[in-house]
Amino acid sequence: MSTRLATGGRLLNKSRVLSFSFNGTTLKGFEGDTLASALLANDQVLMGRSFKYHRPRGVVASGSEEPNGLVQMGEGGKFEPNQRVTTTELFEGLKAKSQNHWPSLEYDVGALNAKLSRFMPAGFYYKMFIHPRSFWKHVYEPIIRHAAGLGAAPKATDRDADTYEHFYAFCDVLVVGGGIAGLQAAKAAAASGAKVIVAEQTAHLGGRAVVDGGVIDGQSAEDFVTAITAELEAMDNVTIRTRMMGAGVYDHGYVLGYERLTDHAPEMAGPRHRLWRIRAAQTITATGAIERPLSFAGNDVPGVMLASAIRDYAVNYGVSSGDRTVVVTNNDDAYRTAIALKHAGLDVPAIIDARPAGDDSDLMAQAKALGIRIMMGHGISSVKGGKRVNGVEICAQAGEGAVLEEIACDAVAMSGGWSPVVHLWSHCGGKLTWDESQASFRPDPNRPPLGDKGQGFVSVAGAANGETTLNAILNDANVCGNAAAKTAGFKGKVAKAPIAQKTTERAMLPVWLMPQGAGYKLRSKAWLDYQNDVKVSDVQLAAQEGFTSVEHAKRYTTLGMATDQGKLSNINGLAILSDSLNQPIPQTGTTTFRPPYTPISMGSIGGEARGDVFQPIRRTPMYDWHEANGADWEPVGQWRRPYAYVQSGETVHEAVMRETKNTRENLGLLDASTLGKIIVKGPDAGKFLDMLYTNMMSSLKVGKCRYGLMCSENGFLIDDGVVARIDDETFLCHTTTGGAETIHGHMEEWLQTEWWDWNVYVANATEQYAQVAVVGPNARKALEVLGGMDVSADAFGFMEWQDGTLGGFDVRAYRISFSGELSYEIAVPASQGQAFWDALMAVGADLGVMPYGTECLHILRAEKGFIMIGDETDGTVIPQDLGLNWAISKKKTDFLGKRAQEREHMVNNERWKLVGLETVDGTTLPGGAYAVGEGTNANGQRVMIGRVTSSYHSPNLARGIAMGLVLHGPDRMGEIITFPGTDGKDYEARIVSAVFYDPEGEKPNV
Amino acid sequence: MFNLISALDKATDNSGIAKIEEIGLQGMITLRGDLSKAAVKNATTSATGVKIPAQGQANHNGASGICWMSTDELLVLCPYDQVADTLVKMHTGLGKAHALAVDVSDARACLRVSGPYAREVMAKLAPVDLSPDAFKLGMFRRTRMAQVAAAFWMVDDTTFQIVCFRSNAQYVLDLLKVAAQNGSEVGFFK
Amino acid sequence: MLVLECPCCGITAEETEFHAGGEAHLKRFGPESSNEDFENYMFMRQNPKGVHLERWRHNNGCGKWFHAARCTMTLEVFGTYSAQTYEPPKEICDIISAKRPGWLRGAFS
Repeated sequence: MSTRLATGGRLLNKSRVLSFSFNGTTLKGFEGDTLASALLANDQVLMGRSFKYHRPRGVVASGSEEPNGLVQMGEGGKFEPNQRVTTTELFEGLKAKSQNHWPSLEYDVGALNAKLSRFMPAGFYYKMFIHPRSFWKHVYEPIIRHAAGLGAAPKATDRDADTYEHFYAFCDVLVVGGGIAGLQAAKAAAASGAKVIVAEQTAHLGGRAVVDGGVIDGQSAEDFVTAITAELEAMDNVTIRTRMMGAGVYDHGYVLGYERLTDHAPEMAGPRHRLWRIRAAQTITATGAIERPLSFAGNDVPGVMLASAIRDYAVNYGVSSGDRTVVVTNNDDAYRTAIALKHAGLDVPAIIDARPAGDDSDLMAQAKALGIRIMMGHGISSVKGGKRVNGVEICAQAGEGAVLEEIACDAVAMSGGWSPVVHLWSHCGGKLTWDESQASFRPDPNRPPLGDKGQGFVSVAGAANGETTLNAILNDANVCGNAAAKTAGFKGKVAKAPIAQKTTERAMLPVWLMPQGAGYKLRSKAWLDYQNDVKVSDVQLAAQEGFTSVEHAKRYTTLGMATDQGKLSNINGLAILSDSLNQPIPQTGTTTFRPPYTPISMGSIGGEARGDVFQPIRRTPMYDWHEANGADWEPVGQWRRPYAYVQSGETVHEAVMRETKNTRENLGLLDASTLGKIIVKGPDAGKFLDMLYTNMMSSLKVGKCRYGLMCSENGFLIDDGVVARIDDETFLCHTTTGGAETIHGHMEEWLQTEWWDWNVYVANATEQYAQVAVVGPNARKALEVLGGMDVSADAFGFMEWQDGTLGGFDVRAYRISFSGELSYEIAVPASQGQAFWDALMAVGADLGVMPYGTECLHILRAEKGFIMIGDETDGTVIPQDLGLNWAISKKKTDFLGKRAQEREHMVNNERWKLVGLETVDGTTLPGGAYAVGEGTNANGQRVMIGRVTSSYHSPNLARGIAMGLVLHGPDRMGEIITFPGTDGKDYEARIVSAVFYDPEGEKPNV
Repeated sequence: MFNLISALDKATDNSGIAKIEEIGLQGMITLRGDLSKAAVKNATTSATGVKIPAQGQANHNGASGICWMSTDELLVLCPYDQVADTLVKMHTGLGKAHALAVDVSDARACLRVSGPYAREVMAKLAPVDLSPDAFKLGMFRRTRMAQVAAAFWMVDDTTFQIVCFRSNAQYVLDLLKVAAQNGSEVGFFK
Repeated sequence: MLVLECPCCGITAEETEFHAGGEAHLKRFGPESSNEDFENYMFMRQNPKGVHLERWRHNNGCGKWFHAARCTMTLEVFGTYSAQTYEPPKEICDIISAKRPGWLRGAFS
């Protein structure tokens, strides 16, 4: 059984007992435990079920590479599936549940899949669910959906209860990894004065060395780590962050650091995760190496673990993974596990070493001296046991697996050698080279990822660089740290590497399959990818079926596609594939390493952008008043504008109808503050606006206003609005609400990049003003009651503007109308907007004043046949399509869009043109509906002859009105055309003039 | 006569690791012109009493100051009630020089973030190196804060003044509150 | 995510402060131009694998447009320069030529 040992546990605080629960059972652990070590201490070896076959699985590793130990944690707004037990620090009250089983972890019906596994090889889903096609939607999809997904998704109604944030940090040298290589590299870089950040993904510094032992500069590895950490912490130019993973390396030295702040202590205040957005001149990845499993039958039975993990649990957490542990290896390192277990008083019946007999290295001699039986040239034929190892069958590594002996045990420590963690090096294009001696890919220093100046910006130190001995690791890290600082521009002191005591090690032997000649039966029980249930036989089948590219084989078998992204399975899978293809491993190559290194929370990616600040909401100065007076908000870009002001007892539609009638009959107020207001000034301002607008603006008289159209260089209408000439050199251009920033940018672009010698300055003054449209037959009366400037027809004509005072406010008033009513748009400084609005509401009380929203505005303009950018236009419409030829100057030799509008397809008679549409029965046409003509097109579809661009119910005309673009529309007045609706009905509408209301234009002309 | 209301009516928040406040109405004038011309320089310096800042800098003296916005743009600061007078002075000084001076006081909002963690709060929102050795008193930076454009400078060692569009003021205030939430000290700037 | 130096305000900043504006040094063709010239101006763009001259705007900053010479393969930035030019300046061309010998502007490499 796995249990807590009396000795060991360097990371534990045994004076603080923590209670937690697993599948509802309350268990005890210590402060300093991970969930994995605490579960093992409670003999909970079985931790989950695999994804495809629902096989029982226990923890394999002790770090972030763990494929099996995934649990769901928390409840409600704290619920999260797929949390790795090996990287989850234990806290009081932790609640974890295992995943992927029904009804329980111990008895899982889905395990039937395992019995059928012979019939579910690689590509099973592709082959099985393809015929017949009629089954796709209603038979296969439900089956696959039911089986899909790892763990349960949070409930749709639960909102993440935690907060997250970003942090922008800049440094000269970023070191990812806080093992001895990372610490030494940081020290070397910092010695020259460089600003250094060290990021360590776990809660502790020192990495593997503190577990593996060794002597550095005459001290133990542990003492060395303590000393160098203290040294670094004392330096002002060094920042060390634990619980921060280097998640990804991106272009130009951009690195994401994923800091887990409160996962280990949920009671703490503050954000749960912080995503560091780091720019580093140089990044050193000192990310260590990951031990590889060996591929033998039954290597997934709970109790079969990586040798290094078993050692970690014993040394760091004082936990035995079993009473009797068989070690199986192809290298020296696993001997450390045997030795550590022996020192902890545990039984190691044998070390099964696949290497042929030969000279003993220091470690081998030590193991022998402890009385451990060493079987050279042997391997495991098969592991015995279901939910727990109970023995291993031993065979010759060279043979086909004939059982020579069975050894009873309850744990197996396996080691297939070590693979450098090259992920971060590779993320941004760093290339790898094959290291024959370690049978692993390591970074190729000649082909690093390139930065903004073409320089390499990532280097690798220590075990991540393929180094294996303490001395080599420390020396490599020192050189790397010195070099990174120098490349980052620092020419300070060069640090010296510490010296470690040397030990002899015997070379490892690549072992990709155990035994070498294992038959199908054994190969189909030899797991490569634990999480996705990919076996040696699956990869071989994929190769047979022609998936010879590693990227194809990966996707076909799903090898390396689980949440662990193949950290354990990658190299073993490549080796099997290469063997099947009869080619060397480097020729097969690796799959692509993509960020993040391990999954990071969606919350951390979003950072602060959630809830109220999910996105900016722009508010006008009268926002609060609108909110308090029933505004039904409409998003217009980032602005919020009242769609209508809904009074108690009425629907939104009723409010719109009321506002629309009232504005025509009495007095309406519109908050028009969002309309863009751009000031254009200079001796060449007129010439500039003549280029920007289709009409002539340079001829506009001071004091006058003119409606203008703006087109893109491609000829299409992009914006419209009223231009006022303020003085000889100054114009104020109104834009649409959504257009203020883009049109300002458009102006700047042409001024800066094409006509930079023209003397024009522009400024966006949109938000300087609160602007109110005072609209309706009583508009003038209201302003007269306010008192001040003369707003009479004689003193203030249509399409004029004036500065003056109204009710004591300094105003700029424009007599313009987008409603066909008598109308003044009045601008006051934004800080006076609310007061001015209040004043208008007060004087309007006796005049039938009502505020109105954007939908009323739309109906009023549609009744008059005024176009709306975004309704009548969609980026493919030219002004000529809308019958706006009157606003296109014929005198000007040039304006933006003029050349484009001369193109053949812009001038031919086949373009759809704007008309009014009246339903025969008075109902309202569906918005966006298409009109159908005779016959079909080349694709056999009904011929389309037009579409609805705006459609409303007009309360003033008591019928539906619409505008639309129709083929030969203006020539077909009176004709009835048919619009099939999505509701199955046909809508018949008569082509009419688009001006439905007051066609003579008498109403504003008073 | 009537209430002048700044974007957030001087809202403050002191519940987190930094103090956040909207400072109320601040006079602001955008000046666009050829910054090498004597008329443009003199019109600005004489109206504010501070020197023209170098590229990327701001000079200020209380509510008055000049911020370098771009190669042909300055942001002139003055007390809110003196905007009209300042504009008249500037126009007089500019004479016939080709330039554009326009009141933008109401188009923008000014917020302050202060306290020992002010730098860290700002560094959560702006992609700018705000470490003390990189961002110093006197510097002026136009950038973005989360999803909106903003500009800021430091009025003392622990206080940032931020200028943003008036319509975005509430968003910026809310952002700062999130960034300054309790327990969110980073401890990076030493 | 790229880092660019704005030659107008001198700020070096990450890509989120900038807005990409496509190929640089386009010559405008207006009324009276031939269909072919107008088509080339309006629609035809280089898509080089390698050196590219681009327009960028420092939109979350000083607001100015500028040009950048960049390698679309390695993302190396050879330099940034004024938008008020019809041709890349000599010093930029020299830097590119030193790093990409034989480089020819407008040639697909």
